[in-house]
Amino acid sequence: MLKQLKELRREALSELNQVNELRELNSWRVHHLGKKSKLTQILRSLATLPLEERKKVGAQANEIKRALESGLVEKKKFLEEIHLATSLEREGLDVTLPGRPVPIGRLHPIPQVLEEICDVFKNMGFQVFEGPDVEWDYYNFEALNIPQWHPARDMFATLWVDPEMDKESRLLRTHTSPMQIRLMEKKRPPIRAIMPGRVYRYEATDVTHESMLYQVEGLAIDKDITLADLKGTLFEFSRCLFGEERKVRFRCDYFPFVEPGVEVAIECSACHGTGCRLCGYSGWIEILGAGMTHPDVLKRGDIDPEIYSGFAFGMGVERIAMLRYGIDDIRLFYRNDLRFLKQF
Amino acid sequence: MKASLKWLKDYSDIKLAPKELARKLTMAGVEVKDLQITGSTWNNIVVGKVIALNPHPNADRLKLATVNLGPQQITVVCGAPNISHGQKVPFASVGAQLIDGHTGKPILLKPAEIRGVLSEGMVCSEKELGISDSHEGIMVLPPEAPLGMPLRDYLGDVIFDLDITPNRPDCLSIIGIAREIASLTEQPLHLPELGYEETEALIDSFVKVDIIDPSLCSRYCASLIMGVRVTSSPGWLQQRLSSYGMRPINNVVDVTNYVMLEYGQPLHAFDYHKLEGKQIIVRRAKNGETITTLDGIERVLSPDTLVIADKEKAVAIAGIMGGSDTEVADKTTSILLESANFNQAIIRQGCRCLNLQSEASIRFDKGLNPDLPLLPLKRATQLLLELAGGKAARGIVDVYPGKLEPKGILLSAEEVERLSGLKVPLAKIFKVLKSLGFECQHADSASQILVVTSYWRSDIRCTADLVEEVVRIIGYDKVPVTRLSSPLPKQEPRLSLRAQRSNLKQRLRNILTGCGFQEILTYSLTSLERLQKLSPKFELKIPPLRIANPMTKEQEYLRTTLCPGLLTTLAHNQRIEEKSIRLFEIGKIFLPQGNELPQEKEMLCAALSGPKAELSWHGNKEKLNFFDAKGVVENLLNQLGLEATFGVSDDESLSPRRAANIIIDSDKVGIVGNLHPRVAQAFELSDAVYLIEMDIDRLLSKTIKVKQYQPIPRFPSITRDIALVIDKQVSYQQVEDVIRSFPLVKKVTLFDFYRGEQIPEGKKSFAIRIVYQSPEHTLTDEEVDIIQKQMLDRLHQELGATLRS
Ligand SMILES: [Zn+2]
Repeated sequence: MLKQLKELRREALSELNQVNELRELNSWRVHHLGKKSKLTQILRSLATLPLEERKKVGAQANEIKRALESGLVEKKKFLEEIHLATSLEREGLDVTLPGRPVPIGRLHPIPQVLEEICDVFKNMGFQVFEGPDVEWDYYNFEALNIPQWHPARDMFATLWVDPEMDKESRLLRTHTSPMQIRLMEKKRPPIRAIMPGRVYRYEATDVTHESMLYQVEGLAIDKDITLADLKGTLFEFSRCLFGEERKVRFRCDYFPFVEPGVEVAIECSACHGTGCRLCGYSGWIEILGAGMTHPDVLKRGDIDPEIYSGFAFGMGVERIAMLRYGIDDIRLFYRNDLRFLKQF
Repeated sequence: MKASLKWLKDYSDIKLAPKELARKLTMAGVEVKDLQITGSTWNNIVVGKVIALNPHPNADRLKLATVNLGPQQITVVCGAPNISHGQKVPFASVGAQLIDGHTGKPILLKPAEIRGVLSEGMVCSEKELGISDSHEGIMVLPPEAPLGMPLRDYLGDVIFDLDITPNRPDCLSIIGIAREIASLTEQPLHLPELGYEETEALIDSFVKVDIIDPSLCSRYCASLIMGVRVTSSPGWLQQRLSSYGMRPINNVVDVTNYVMLEYGQPLHAFDYHKLEGKQIIVRRAKNGETITTLDGIERVLSPDTLVIADKEKAVAIAGIMGGSDTEVADKTTSILLESANFNQAIIRQGCRCLNLQSEASIRFDKGLNPDLPLLPLKRATQLLLELAGGKAARGIVDVYPGKLEPKGILLSAEEVERLSGLKVPLAKIFKVLKSLGFECQHADSASQILVVTSYWRSDIRCTADLVEEVVRIIGYDKVPVTRLSSPLPKQEPRLSLRAQRSNLKQRLRNILTGCGFQEILTYSLTSLERLQKLSPKFELKIPPLRIANPMTKEQEYLRTTLCPGLLTTLAHNQRIEEKSIRLFEIGKIFLPQGNELPQEKEMLCAALSGPKAELSWHGNKEKLNFFDAKGVVENLLNQLGLEATFGVSDDESLSPRRAANIIIDSDKVGIVGNLHPRVAQAFELSDAVYLIEMDIDRLLSKTIKVKQYQPIPRFPSITRDIALVIDKQVSYQQVEDVIRSFPLVKKVTLFDFYRGEQIPEGKKSFAIRIVYQSPEHTLTDEEVDIIQKQMLDRLHQELGATLRS
């Protein structure tokens, strides 16, 4: 009997070894571990054996049963792994085929740069205000120390709604600076505001001139605000937008509504300051005009210039976007060619 | 403004290299746009004198010129028609670098055999020296040019091209710039010494000056010189005018121009004998009065122009241009020299009316100081006596009705620091302002000084102006870099309308780009035609605001809708590549309000057209349709937490029955629909176009409600599907409204819509999934059965709907 069991074990394990498919494994199980299998029969017949032999044969038979069962589990696991691998192989894809297109929308580059600019100032505590595109002569010129017949009017080629007559003529604002007055009429110091918006010029367009532009105006008014604060604020702005290494020039310039007046330029990225066509051989590219709010402007905003002081600045968004992306034709922005817009 | 370094050196000791000087000037507000160095390549070129001219043995047109170069003489071939004996000329020896007169390219001068005669050098034209384009003849130097002197030393110069800001007409002068340089480099300024002999006869006996309106002419000064000889000016004077880019005319006119460039004060010379009645009257022109100006043009004047008149007629347009009747000519013997101050506004007005500008007017229109005219007049008189001879009448006519008492401005070191952040000792402030020529005195208070502006500056009016002067001379680069330290203003509450509005716009832009829409920005100005194209009848709904001086027809009117810009952009891109295109713009439209500023309303406009997806192997070549547009609207509103109903729209830009009003709480917030084919045609669009338009403010009014949390349902829901057969005329909205009017209906979804064979003619079928849920208990099938039974009854009674079997 024991010999028979030994033989049975050898035979079953060797057959299990031959099994290659899950279906065969089942018939193996029925054949060797099923109700009609020899092993089951031997186990059933144990009761008829004498006690001594029953113990020996019983122990042996149960040991074989456990061995076969564990062999079965192992084999099953093994075959399932193979099966999964084969079916995964069969279901494989050409992953180089293009994916299903999803429509892509992008933001226009100007609002993107505008937002970056605003973010820098928002982080310095500036708040955003907006104002009308169609303005009174008063806000655009008169209140900013540019009365009619003032030579500085030459700096602003103006599109008029009404003929240029007096401060009640309507025009398309030539800069965002009218918002300085509008804001002062509503707010009391401390003021820290940026005022983005569209401005317009009576100008023939070419690679560097557009009839419509975006500007960001800045205004800060409180006690003890100095030119040094303006310098610090604008240097910080340049550092955030153009990087730590980019040199900045802070020079005297003239705008009728500030005194002292300032122009800020950054080092030309094309020639690193040695001078090239891009920077007009100066090595510098002007990015904004600024200055200390003129006492007469403060007075018009009903703010006492002997107690308060402030600074203002204004910059063109297109110019900064052109520097950022190396764009050499300003007209591309509002031509809205998708081949251009999809690059941002 | 062009300024010659050599000329500048007459007034200040300049030791800095030109580039460094340019940097200092630029930093201080006098921007140097360009630096031209002439003569830096002039090697082997010297001043020579033509001492003999002989005919060329083999050529009629050529000559053999013998030129004395000082240590040596040389004979060369010359073809210039203007060469003559005794001239001083620029002579280039072999090895000189020149410009080829014909090709304009640089060449190196080599010995050459010209028609059999060896020529080792040449007499040069201006073009060959790179001075100008003139190549008709050789350049003739003034007789006083020193023989043998290297031309670089004699003619070489640095020309600064300066951009002068409108507040600094004083810098439209060489002395003005020299003063800046002197102050910036802490060097003294040397002004010309003035003085000349006068005759016994008083000028008042020769001329009488009347100013009719002192507000237009605050001062008129004049001198009289008799017995002058009008000839051409000496070389040095001609050279200086050329360095500025001005053509020499004759010694009298050249002197007035020279002194204008020197001092910044425009002057005018009249032929005294041609002035009728020996009288000068400064008055407005009469309506229709005419004058022929120096440029030979007869001009009709109006009272917007100020003129200088004699007893009879206008003899000059004040501050702009002289008249030809009293022009200084060769036969002129007596000169009345004018140096006056005119109101800047009347000059600008005059220039605008006549469409005329001059070197004089660009200085007057910046507003010159009325204290300025006297010194330049004396300087010009002195120069005229030197260069044209004659005698000056005793004294000067000086009619000065607009004289103001000089006003002092108090300045303290504290004020400089308060505005600039720069600590400057009072003594230093004193010194800087002095160097600019301002009169400074210690004021009553020891901490202040009293500053009186100098006569050439008209832009200094308040302490801030003085602070700028101090800081720019010390240097903007010396200003410290500090951070704003003042307290932050109150921040905008997140729930304020302003914050919510900008937040809404930001979200709309994010949602739309997420839906595949490209953002565009189009001009605020458009053409009338484009606005009309939006209507199939070519009519305008809202008359737009017109620009009085449009640059082009394309940009003449303020847009009253974003659609034309969007559709034009769409058409443009369709022409470039046929593709699925989705565009949007958020921007202002301008609605006229009489004589007030227009209402500026922010709108959202989007357009979509073409295939649903780009061409790909995944198929789906379906075109975008109305429901894609509506889906975008629903998605957008859903993300904003809004729910809209859609009613039929009669917007004329859209196809009838293919357009819907977007309604929230019974307010129309926008439209969505199929662009009318006639409109699409007018904009040259090649595919069906779907348009979405929304009013940002109306949308905002719906979104500002603060969201309130709704508890998650605690009890399970029951789902039922029904299929209804219904009359074709009944809209889905009607069906859903009935269903939603029942209690416990939580969600209604149309999941199939069918028309066709299995449905009777004139009918359609909706398959609808209804989800029922109670907030209070678990629903039973029986409860739902009862509701649904009532629902079907009502659908039948009200809409004629039957269950599809
Ligand atoms: Zn450069």
